[in-house]
Amino acid sequence: MMAKKTVEQKIVDPEYLFFEAKREKQFITGSEAVREAVKRANVDMAIAYPITPQSESMHLVGDIYAEGYIKDYFRGESEFAVMSSVAGAAMGGVRVFTATAGPGTLRAFEMFPTWAGARLPIVCDFFCRGVNSPLTIQPDTIEIGFMLDTKMMIFHAETAQDLFDMTLQSFIIAEQPDVHLPIGVFADGFFVTHTREIVEIPPDDIKLPPYDPYKSPVPAMDMETPPIRQMRDPFVMKSNFISYASHASWQQEILAAAERARKHIHKYLGGLIETENEGADILIMASGTAVSQAHEAIWQANQEGIEVGLIKFKVIRPFPTEEIKMIAKGARAIIVPEFNISGWLAKEIRSVIEDNSKVVGAPRVYGGMAMPPELIVEEIRRVAR
Amino acid sequence: MKQGSLAIRMSGLGGQGVVTAAHLLGGSVIRDGKCSTVNPFFGAEKRLAPAESYVRISDEEISERGEVIYPNIIMIFHPHVITLGKSYTMPFYFGLKDEGILIINAEKPLTLTDENSEDLRILKAKTFYISANNISMDITGTELSANIAMLGALIGITKVVSLVSMQKAIEERFGMKKFVASGTTAALDDVVKSKFAKVSQLIEKNVEVAKKAIEEVKEYPLSSNIESRN
Repeated sequence: MMAKKTVEQKIVDPEYLFFEAKREKQFITGSEAVREAVKRANVDMAIAYPITPQSESMHLVGDIYAEGYIKDYFRGESEFAVMSSVAGAAMGGVRVFTATAGPGTLRAFEMFPTWAGARLPIVCDFFCRGVNSPLTIQPDTIEIGFMLDTKMMIFHAETAQDLFDMTLQSFIIAEQPDVHLPIGVFADGFFVTHTREIVEIPPDDIKLPPYDPYKSPVPAMDMETPPIRQMRDPFVMKSNFISYASHASWQQEILAAAERARKHIHKYLGGLIETENEGADILIMASGTAVSQAHEAIWQANQEGIEVGLIKFKVIRPFPTEEIKMIAKGARAIIVPEFNISGWLAKEIRSVIEDNSKVVGAPRVYGGMAMPPELIVEEIRRVAR
Repeated sequence: MKQGSLAIRMSGLGGQGVVTAAHLLGGSVIRDGKCSTVNPFFGAEKRLAPAESYVRISDEEISERGEVIYPNIIMIFHPHVITLGKSYTMPFYFGLKDEGILIINAEKPLTLTDENSEDLRILKAKTFYISANNISMDITGTELSANIAMLGALIGITKVVSLVSMQKAIEERFGMKKFVASGTTAALDDVVKSKFAKVSQLIEKNVEVAKKAIEEVKEYPLSSNIESRN
């Protein structure tokens, strides 16, 4: 058997890789940005199962495995198998990466609360796609709505640049001993994965420090040594007060871990939200590529003399509750454009602000439809009257 | 869209290189020092199924994403987009801006319906024809360079990018030792490459296709279209 090829890369501080290393502009697709992120992430293992629009990214990750950037890579036999294998790899103490999309997310769904419950610092990219019948392969962010209560952390990339940075930074945030939770980095399929644009990236001869499983707040799985992560005799099986109380407190501790992630998110992502002109009367609050469309709509509204502010959600879980509550106070109307039929972001915003009647849950497109900025401009005009 | 910016929709059939053409154009724009984003739209990835791609070009950073709904330029890579409605966008000129440009690949100007002709007249659309398949066949011995002829026609009409940048983009796309594409795209890449003994010939011949198209693209006044029907 031939020895596995490896590539020499210098290990550097995360801060250096993220903020200091000189970056070069490349005209690449979102899928290629994923490859570039994983190349520098010191990933031990990647496991793939194809589904459009994700297939290209994990194909490219397979290529860098062949080049020697990753120690192990294989194809699972289904999305559920992949997400289960990824859990096994993380429990075994290695840094692991995978990606999926739309129907794949749903097929593997059982594993996401399991990852969070087992406190596994897995990073998974999700490329949002419609899931319903009639079939579409085009972007629809409904799966984020489904994921909200899995207790995974949820980041939403707007551009290939976001996707590169968030994928890379997620490993460091997820693996913090006081966090140690899985992170889903979501990006809208096609509009990000298949879009070619300028992405600024550091050189590929440097990489993150390796994952240190001994910093895990829960001990590595060992069925013989208590306290153990996966129970020999699961307390859920026992109908007594102690077992219910320990289960409940375990779940609360997962939520608390996500709360503790906020400071790390501030350090690496610069905050849970980004704001422009947040004091304006009319605000748009959005995530993913709805932010891009909102940018264009705001420019058009400005041409008509209407001033509009923009709040971009980078992080959905943990939710930027305090930030949104504060900003919403000064606004007269909050327009929330979304690429899904349920309007989960509008619901989330309504649930935390004082006067939720100012939230306009529109425009909403779904099933893979495009969102012309003109639709957002119509809402702006309506509330500006 | 902001001033100085341009949005292009390319409609064609799977296997014609509609997506590749968009990537080549975007790459050329970047080389010329402007901003560009490129994205495709397709369903099942199979030959002759409808495929679209979009190119945005601007002096400033581009925020808008996804399908181009209101293009300045529409490039029709196959007559069936118009005559058989093999398209995600119907009618084929849907969303075209006033005084927009249509570039159609057909051997001879198509007979449009009265309704389509009237709409295009109201839009003051400029219609150009290019026999991209024939140019491609004559020079490379395959119709697979028709997409390059379409790009040549675009350059001839708009000068939106330089031929030099386009040549560089072609070199990068086909000259690199490896380009990661889906199975069907990779198969077509192999067919294209098999037509030439060397990559340098592939590039040379394709540039020749583009040059020929720059010369041959012709405007076809809509009024004459309507007259020809009467």
